[in-house]
Formats: sequence, C-alpha cells, structure tokens
Amino acid sequence: MTTFASRTGRAGTLVVPVRPGLRRSQRRRLLTALAMLAPALLGLGLFFGYPLVASVFYSFTRYDLLSDPQWIGLRNYQYLFTEDPKVWAAAGNTLWFVLILVPVRLLTSLGVAGLLVRARQASGFWRTAFYLPALVPPVASVVAFVFLFNPGTGPVNTILHAIGIQGPLWFSDPSLAKPSLVLLGVWVMGDVMIIFLAALLDVPREQYEAAELDGANALQRGRYVTFPNIIPVLVFAAVTGVIAALQYFTEAAVASAVASGKASVGDSAGAVAGYPDDSLLTYTQWIYVRGFSNFQLGYASALAVLLFVVAAVFLAVLLRRVNAFTPEEAQS
Amino acid sequence: MTAVVPRVLPAASTARFRRPSGRIVAWVAEHTLLAVLLVLFVAPIVFVLLTSLMTVNQTLTASIWPNPFTLQNYLDAFAKVPLARWFANSAIYAVLATLFMLLSSIPAAYALARLRFRGANLIFLAVVVAMLLPPQITAVPIYVMWAKLGFTGTLLPLILPNLLGDAFSIFLLRQFFLTIPREYSDAARMDGASEWGVLTRVILPMARPGIAAAGLFMFFNSWNDYYGPLLYTSENEQWWPVSYGLATFRGSHSTNWGLTMAITMLVMVPVVLIFFFAQRVFVEGITLTGVKG
Repeated sequence: MTTFASRTGRAGTLVVPVRPGLRRSQRRRLLTALAMLAPALLGLGLFFGYPLVASVFYSFTRYDLLSDPQWIGLRNYQYLFTEDPKVWAAAGNTLWFVLILVPVRLLTSLGVAGLLVRARQASGFWRTAFYLPALVPPVASVVAFVFLFNPGTGPVNTILHAIGIQGPLWFSDPSLAKPSLVLLGVWVMGDVMIIFLAALLDVPREQYEAAELDGANALQRGRYVTFPNIIPVLVFAAVTGVIAALQYFTEAAVASAVASGKASVGDSAGAVAGYPDDSLLTYTQWIYVRGFSNFQLGYASALAVLLFVVAAVFLAVLLRRVNAFTPEEAQS
Repeated sequence: MTAVVPRVLPAASTARFRRPSGRIVAWVAEHTLLAVLLVLFVAPIVFVLLTSLMTVNQTLTASIWPNPFTLQNYLDAFAKVPLARWFANSAIYAVLATLFMLLSSIPAAYALARLRFRGANLIFLAVVVAMLLPPQITAVPIYVMWAKLGFTGTLLPLILPNLLGDAFSIFLLRQFFLTIPREYSDAARMDGASEWGVLTRVILPMARPGIAAAGLFMFFNSWNDYYGPLLYTSENEQWWPVSYGLATFRGSHSTNWGLTMAITMLVMVPVVLIFFFAQRVFVEGITLTGVKG
C-alpha cells in the first residue's frame, strides 16, 4: 500500500506535463501574493533588513550624524570589551533581570493561573481583576510604584511603620531598586497569566479523570498530566520573557527619572540613567545613552550588534521549540 | 476489560465519599488566598486614587486617607500641565498608527495565511524574526534615516512605518485567518471571485474579532509607547504624547505627588475603558498570540 502510494505520487509530479494554463494561474497567484505583500516586504526591507546590515557597518565607524561616518575598523569593539566604564555594569543589570525577573514572573503567573482555573464561581471577575494591572500603561504603573514605595510619604513605608518596621529606601537604594521593579513586574503579570490560564483550561479533563482512577494524587497529576500538556506554552513564555528582559528599558528608565526627582529623561539622560548608582542602568539604556545622548552612533551600533548576537541565540531556541512559528501550520 | 471495572469502582466511590469535606477545605483555602492576593493587586490603584484626591499639603505628610477630599489636582492637571495636548498627540499617534497598520497588514497576513507561493515560508520567518528582535538593535540606522529626512522632533517616524506593515500585527492576523475554514474561501473562488474578492467579501467579515484584536493591540502599544517618543519627540515638547509627558513631568514638579497621581489616573482611564468595552476580543487575541504552541 505505502510503496504504491508513494510511487504514484512521485510519478504524478514527474510524468504529467505541466499545462500552460496551470502555469499561468500559478503565475497569477504569485503576482497577487506579491501585490498583497508589497508594502510589508518594503517595510521589512526598509525598517528591518537594511538597518540590521547598516548597524554592522556603522559599528566599524565613528559617526555623530553631523559629519560622514569615518571607518575606524575594530576600534569600537576594542573599546567595548576593554575600556567602556559602564558596559559590564549595564550588561550585568540586564542579566539580573533575565535571571530573576523572568522566573519570578513565570512562577507567580503560573501560580495565579492555577488558582483561577479552580475558581469556578465568578470566574470572570477573578480573571479580570488579576489581568487588569497588565493593562495599565507602563509609564503610569512605574510612576505609581515609585510613589507607593517612596520613603518619605509612600503608603508602603507608612504601613510598615504602623506595624513597627523601619521601611527601606526602595527605588533610591541601589540594592533594592531592581527588586522593587520585580514587584512591579509581578503586579503586571496578567499578560503571561492569561496565556497560562488558557493553556491550563485546554488540558483535556479525561486525562485528569483517568489519572485519578489510576490512583494518582494531586502532585502526581500535576507532574504527569498538567506539566506535559503545558510545556510548549511554558517554553514559549520563558523564551519570549527572556527576549523581553534583554530589551528591558522603559520601566528602568522611568523609575530612575522619577525616583531621582531630577531633570527629564530626554535631554540629560546620561545624568539620570541608572539612578541610584547605576543599579538600574540596563544594556539597552546604555545603547540609548551612548547613541542618542552622546551621539556616538558608531559605538552605539557596536553595542547593538552585541545585543543582536545574544538575542539571536534565544530566538533560534524559540523558533526550534515552538510550533506556532513553524511554517507547516500554513499548509493545514 | 471486565476484570478491571470492579477493581476501579470501589476506589472511585470512596473518593466520592471522601471528597465533600476535603473539597470545602480546599475551596475555602483557595478563595482565601485569592482574596488576599486580590487586596494586594487592587491596593496600588486605590492608593493612587486616594492620593490624587488629597490637597497639596496633605500629600507632604504620610497620611493615607484624604481629608478633605478635593478634585483640585484633576483641575490643575489640565490647567497647569499641557495634558490636553499630550492626550491629543497620543490619540493622533495611536489612531493613525492603527489605521495605517490595518491597511497594510491585513492583505499581507491574508497572503501568508492562504496563498501558496514560493518564498511564503521565508517571508513568514522574516516577519517572526522582525517581531521578536529587540527594536534597539535597528534603532540607530532608522534614526539616521528619519534625521536625514528632517522628521525627527515629530511623531511621523512612529506613525508612517505602519503604512508598510507591522510584524506583530501581521503575525497575529495570520494566526486568526488560519482559523477560518478553507471551504468558505474555496466556495467564493468557485463562484469566480478573485483573491482580493475573497479577502474583502469572505475573510474580512469573518475575521472581524481578529482584526479588532490586532487593532486594539496596536492602539494600546502606541498609546503606551515610551521608547519611540523618547527617541523622536523628546527634543520637541509640542509633540509629546501622554506617556512621555507623564514620565518627564515629575522632574519639573517633583514634590507634588497629588498632581502626579491625578495625571497617572487620567492616563490609565482610556485604556481601562476600552478594555471593558472590548474585553472578549482582547482576551481572544492574547490567547491567539501564545497558545497555538
């Protein structure tokens, strides 16, 4: 049976002559597709392909936008790896967010999703309540958190004081600024939580019933039924979380600006960025400071190329592991 | 088969007997935990709201409850801060970006979801990579392009690119178009409809929830955007959108938390209102982005 089927299949494509009419319709279909895709293809080239290549070019130059880029070979990279005073602090901070913020957010959102699956009554109310903070514009939520945790008049320290605890400086303490942003990250975990919730609801009920009949306890049901069913979504959330953490910018930049209480972020970003004591200076902020505050566009490009290399590794993992991105689905 | 059934039944029945009390304990434990978490999750918003209703003098103290309640901060937000202009700028940015994205991305997503042609997989891969790579990687050359055109200091560098498709929206729309059964478009094609005809008369009406979700995401992302306005409009106060204005405003009015919290509340309101009107659409869209795995 199988050999027969495959033989006819192969013979079909090889022997049957392609009719001109078929070819014409094929060509027309290609032209239609190209017409529909033309703006997007132009966009991909202009705002993605070209700048990706141009970044590599600029990274070998000295460029301040006023005069033409000047070729300086590997000088930028040499400076990056041996002389830049803050690049490793910035990379370290970003790594901290990758290693702490991402797992904490995954675990808390999975935990809340697990609770919400079991809340049958008023499920809509509970889901909305825990999702809502994720909707708050990031700048607004950061400003709100810096206020809540401000050491002078903030409600958090006021409450801590009422129960006899001397509250810390939070966003103004170099050792607590990043953990404070993790608390913010947990508050807005709704975006991840809702994906986990959908995945948990998708686990076939029969599998739980079968496991229960086999005498599996709650822990074993989690290990052998829930976990294998949601592992693709976990991987998806983990890797997209890492990619998001690699570009962590807005929350840290706004927290520094608001907590320092000093000038705007735009003009004198160099002065405020990373407050307190560079503890919130992330890698992408360092690209911004070098490129757009100091106008060292060539050097900023070298920093960007290094970020690209790191992000590409995680991207490759994601594209391999998650079915959502494999093109075969288009054929279904 | 028959031998298994009797052995299973007693176990199942004892489980049924054991359950009620255990179930009630679990129910109480879970809901207590949920209630405690809910208080923690709602508290930030409540404190922001309460502080926005305090007098300036009271915000300088550690008090939590406003006494007296005042709306002065909300009046000041419009009188002392160019909040109306910030809102207008945000609206211009978000509405135009969304419209332009829909115009350019719907046909592209349809072609990637439904037309079979050589290179389709490669183009889709490029869309996914463009969607996932950090925008800071390509920021410098794009900034140089806009600077040479003289468009920095305006919102145009953030609005115009949407005429040429947005990677995330194309991905989301394609995922949605894939869920529409092929039979509908095949039937229209049998009746002699062109691909454009299939798209406008069959797919568009059926994909309305997906299109609404993609539009909402684009609107929210533009409304919330901070990095883009920081890059392009920080030099020109006239074009500040509300997210950038709020972040920058604290610098110049640093001690007035009441006013800051009033503006923070006002920035949240439009997004939350839109969410309540379009909740279904929204949740459907979010699950589409992630769960297909």
